[in-house]
Amino acid sequence: MNDHTGPVNEKRGADMTTARKDAETPVDAGPPVTESPSSTAAEAAEPSEKAARRRPTGRLEAMALPLTWLAVIVVFSILETDTFFTSANAASILASQAVLVVVTLGLIVPLIAGDFDLSIGSVVGMSALVIAILNVQHGWNIWAAVVVALLAGIVVGLINGMLTVLLGIDSLIVTLGMSTLLAGVALWISGANTITGVDQTLVDVVISYRLFGIPMEFYYAIIFALVLWYVFAFTPLGQRLLVVGRNREVARLSGMRVSTLRIGALVTSAFVAALGGVLIAGTSGSAGPTTGLDLLLPAFAAAFLGSTTIKPGRFNPWGTVIAVYFLVTGITGLQLLGLQSFVQNIFYGGALILAVSFSQIIRRRRMKQGF
Amino acid sequence: MTNSTPLVRIRGLTKIFGGQRALDGVDLTIMPGEVHGLLGENGSGKSTLIKVLSGFHTPDGGTLEVAGRDVPLPLLPGQHRSLGFDFVHQDLGLVPSLSVTENLMLGEIASSRKVAYSWRAARERAAAMFARYDVDIDPDATVERIRPVDRAMLAIVRAVESIRAGAAAEGEAGANMLVLDEPTVFLPKQEVGQLFSLVRRITSDGSSVLFVSHDLDEVREITDRVTVLRDGRTSGTAVTKEISGRELVTMIIGRELAEHPHDAHAATTVGRDVVLSVRNLSHGPLQDVSFDLHEGEVLGFAGLVGSGYEEVVYSLFGASPGATGTISSGERTIDIASLTPRRAMSLGMALVPGDRKNSGSVATLSLGENMNLTVLDRYFRGWRLRHGTMRDNVRQLVTEFDVRPAVPDLEYGSFSGGNQQKALMAKWQQTNPKVLLLHEPTQGVDVGARQQIFDMIRGSTATSATICASSEYEQLETICDRVGIFVRGRLVTFVTGADITKARIADLCHGQASAPVPAP
Repeated sequence: MNDHTGPVNEKRGADMTTARKDAETPVDAGPPVTESPSSTAAEAAEPSEKAARRRPTGRLEAMALPLTWLAVIVVFSILETDTFFTSANAASILASQAVLVVVTLGLIVPLIAGDFDLSIGSVVGMSALVIAILNVQHGWNIWAAVVVALLAGIVVGLINGMLTVLLGIDSLIVTLGMSTLLAGVALWISGANTITGVDQTLVDVVISYRLFGIPMEFYYAIIFALVLWYVFAFTPLGQRLLVVGRNREVARLSGMRVSTLRIGALVTSAFVAALGGVLIAGTSGSAGPTTGLDLLLPAFAAAFLGSTTIKPGRFNPWGTVIAVYFLVTGITGLQLLGLQSFVQNIFYGGALILAVSFSQIIRRRRMKQGF
Repeated sequence: MTNSTPLVRIRGLTKIFGGQRALDGVDLTIMPGEVHGLLGENGSGKSTLIKVLSGFHTPDGGTLEVAGRDVPLPLLPGQHRSLGFDFVHQDLGLVPSLSVTENLMLGEIASSRKVAYSWRAARERAAAMFARYDVDIDPDATVERIRPVDRAMLAIVRAVESIRAGAAAEGEAGANMLVLDEPTVFLPKQEVGQLFSLVRRITSDGSSVLFVSHDLDEVREITDRVTVLRDGRTSGTAVTKEISGRELVTMIIGRELAEHPHDAHAATTVGRDVVLSVRNLSHGPLQDVSFDLHEGEVLGFAGLVGSGYEEVVYSLFGASPGATGTISSGERTIDIASLTPRRAMSLGMALVPGDRKNSGSVATLSLGENMNLTVLDRYFRGWRLRHGTMRDNVRQLVTEFDVRPAVPDLEYGSFSGGNQQKALMAKWQQTNPKVLLLHEPTQGVDVGARQQIFDMIRGSTATSATICASSEYEQLETICDRVGIFVRGRLVTFVTGADITKARIADLCHGQASAPVPAP
């Protein structure tokens, strides 16, 4: 009955955090069945409504990551007052990870809609390279180059979306292939060289201009988080994407354009990754064959970690922002303590595994408790 | 084993969830060789009781005796096997893509220490087992390809064999109790009889079966005694033969059900306006189905499995692509092939699908989110979704439809089956449908909620016409003005008015369908 989804394609993606135990579960823990069946529903609801509101574990769970982040900041500030607890370090942390914030925010769109996008890292690189090549080697106007880079991102997203949705191939496979393909193209068109000398105008707009001492790209990332928050929390579109991610058949039978929404989500993540490429080109003034590739795993780690906080069990923009900065704060602090750069991989990889494990554990506990 | 020693005796079993007593001093005694029914509304404590027996829940009080010996509670997970219990749940626990033999031997393979496993021997043993239980299942067939009843029987045979193997390993006959938890919910009614023969064969050697079900008729047919739970307490235990259906219902819900509250049957549909004309609908098993749906009518569809009676509602909603034919509503005539759920909704149709878990709802979203899926745009005003208004409206709606507890933010999956279904009915009523399409609207729903859903269906006739495809003939008898009978993909006849009885519908569905149903 489900026309567009292949057998391997179902129940993936966002469900990883939600441990889809299609709950026939806690039937018995439910309503306080009152003695007289004639009592009104409102009366019957009263006690459990209170029970639902009082759920201290729920609130604590939602705030666990922000609180841990604060604790990490405090600990490092005490340990390294001179190097860590400085405004320059804070500005550097906030700005240097803006690209990761943007790319991860883009990634959660398909994740919410139930699809993976593994090509985001390569799209970042492709976009940055396109700008560098057109602007530096061909002398294009920087803004024209940016537009071409963004269009290229949209095209990649459309290809990902069409193959995934219309042919019913697992998005994991499609975007994995796309990722490798684009990495190859990047190596080819760059001639394996890093291209430097991107127009200063872009560099100015991205990092040279500062507000309260923090480069502009940080604010771009925050503005984008605001936009996504608005879409997910305050528009029907956000709600629809969520339902598509949880159960495509229900979404379809409720009159939603499931295919369009899924393709749109994959186009969004690729377009946003291309925007990330623009920021990278502006940050470093250059682009190389491996630019952006190292963003993929941190983005997934932050997305899944972010789904354990603020709105536990759901990918959400502010959880994502906090997760990115939590991870980078930890890494920066440890590096300032003298640990080598291998810390980064251990931290991101570990965070991804822990984040997914935590949300699974929380989920199970809730199922058993009847919430 | 003497007949006077109970096989299993539970006394004073209590389980408290967050201050609420899910079980409140439940007593249950199961004798050797009996089929013991366990009845009760959702939320009455049936599943909690079973989960205590399987070692999932730790009880807060009570004792358990097995074959006369005290067994300390809580049971460890898996301990039930050494006590001689096993469970077959609604979802059966089969792997659809594996063969019958592979599924049958899953447990054995899991615990086998052998490096090489002889599939030929396994296959022969499977065939021998099926022969012993007089069950006709092809050991080589893939499970997803066999009939639903064969799947259920496969799961049951597997469970019984595991009990026997466990007993043999312990060197003594254990309790040998099989717990069947709603085994018939997903089965077509006409295949249930085969399952029951298997149950009788199992009990013929002194094994017992605890049969958990919603379906009174089935419980009355198969069980020797029955225990009813209500609000976590034992409402009573009775010898099935000595108790009437009405008495059972009274034990279950604690009040008497109104006898047929609707006398709408007499109302004729002749002369009423036609809301929807369906012409030459063909899809899968359906061939050239044509009928008119009248204003305010409740039209039932019935037939055997494979007759296609349930396909009509999905085809009309554009839910299963590939259908052909036309529908006319007023002046407009529309090609069914061009229908999508979205288009059907814009034409004023609403579909409450039979598979509530997979097609009707998202268990992990809240009640409110599930109910608002179809009307989100209404609440998008001034560039933002009005969450407060949405919550208020949902609260009002669930109060009106008696969904309990009336808390919009609770996870949908935490509601009982009956409340889930009422919420889905409310979800679609919000769209003010002109045509309400229902498939098995009371599947897995307790007796009280069943009646409420019937009332909703009858109550909506002022504003909409309803098509209800159901394998429960009694339900059709209660709610329908007219029932269409499907035989091998064709709509062969209608029953109207006083002719709509359970027996008449069953006769028509079966009587003319003696020849094998051609493959779709």
